[in-house]
Amino acid sequence: MTEPHVRLEIPVEGNNFTAAGEAASRVKKTLQKLGIDSTLIRRVAIATYEAEMNIVIHADAGKIVLQVDADGITVLAEDRGKGIPDLEKAMTAGFSTASDRVRAMGFGAGMGLPNIKKCTDYLAIDTEVNIGTKVVMKFNYPAAT
Amino acid sequence: MTLNELVKVIEATVVTGHEKLDTTITGVYVSDLLSDVIGHAREGQVWLTIQTHVNVVAVALLLNLAAIVFTAGTGPEAETIAKAQTEGAVLLTTKLSTFETAGRLYLNQQ
Ligand SMILES: Nc1ncnc2c1ncn2[C@@H]1O[C@H](COP(=O)(O)OP(=O)(O)O)[C@@H](O)[C@H]1O
Ligand SMILES: [Mg+2]
Repeated sequence: MTEPHVRLEIPVEGNNFTAAGEAASRVKKTLQKLGIDSTLIRRVAIATYEAEMNIVIHADAGKIVLQVDADGITVLAEDRGKGIPDLEKAMTAGFSTASDRVRAMGFGAGMGLPNIKKCTDYLAIDTEVNIGTKVVMKFNYPAAT
Repeated sequence: MTLNELVKVIEATVVTGHEKLDTTITGVYVSDLLSDVIGHAREGQVWLTIQTHVNVVAVALLLNLAAIVFTAGTGPEAETIAKAQTEGAVLLTTKLSTFETAGRLYLNQQ
């Protein structure tokens, strides 16, 4: 297989629930066009959706950047916003600071970061309070059989 | 079970996706927490929920779910219907409670 090289950058608006999910949808469609393995696409789509929703729910504005190359797939979710004061706590399943309004919509279950962890082969979160958050997610191609 | 059969079993009304009702479903997932659905629902399943806002469509499309069923007399918002029409998602409603809907589907598996 000739490895595809693709870079796609999608802006994400904080608090815009109408457009929420568009970035993950575009990432998924792009990977489908490239003929990427569907199980891998599912993992990338889930992780990207959760990272995108975290920008919509918890940050002011940001972007999702998809990069596909020979080594694998990288999705970067970067935002300007309040940042995460205690990352260990934030990674705990069930921990959420989402508002009641957002919870009533079915978000804010505190499962986003744990979901991301489960779906990625590599995860790095760089965050600074009142500055923003950068989430780097990497996915390996399935081993050729 | 196909969506057509499911519609009969749970006395559903088809809101969008009339052309897709011959789809065979792979199962049913019941939850109102979007992260739970995102993490656990499987391709081809039907999702029972009382969440009616537009974000449910994005979740269903992302996971290739067969349909969303709004239970207990709830119904999708106008924005939700519009997005489902544009993107080709199947939306159904039923007056049955979530419990009754899931129970009938459980008893009618296959
Ligand atoms: N991009 C972000 N900016 C600021 N805070 C964040 C961000 N992502 C996650 N958090 C914090 O981490 C918590 C846990 O995130 P997550 O597991 O996705 O659960 P949820 O989004 O349902 O609250 C959030 O409630 C929030 O406090
Ligand atoms: Mg989240």
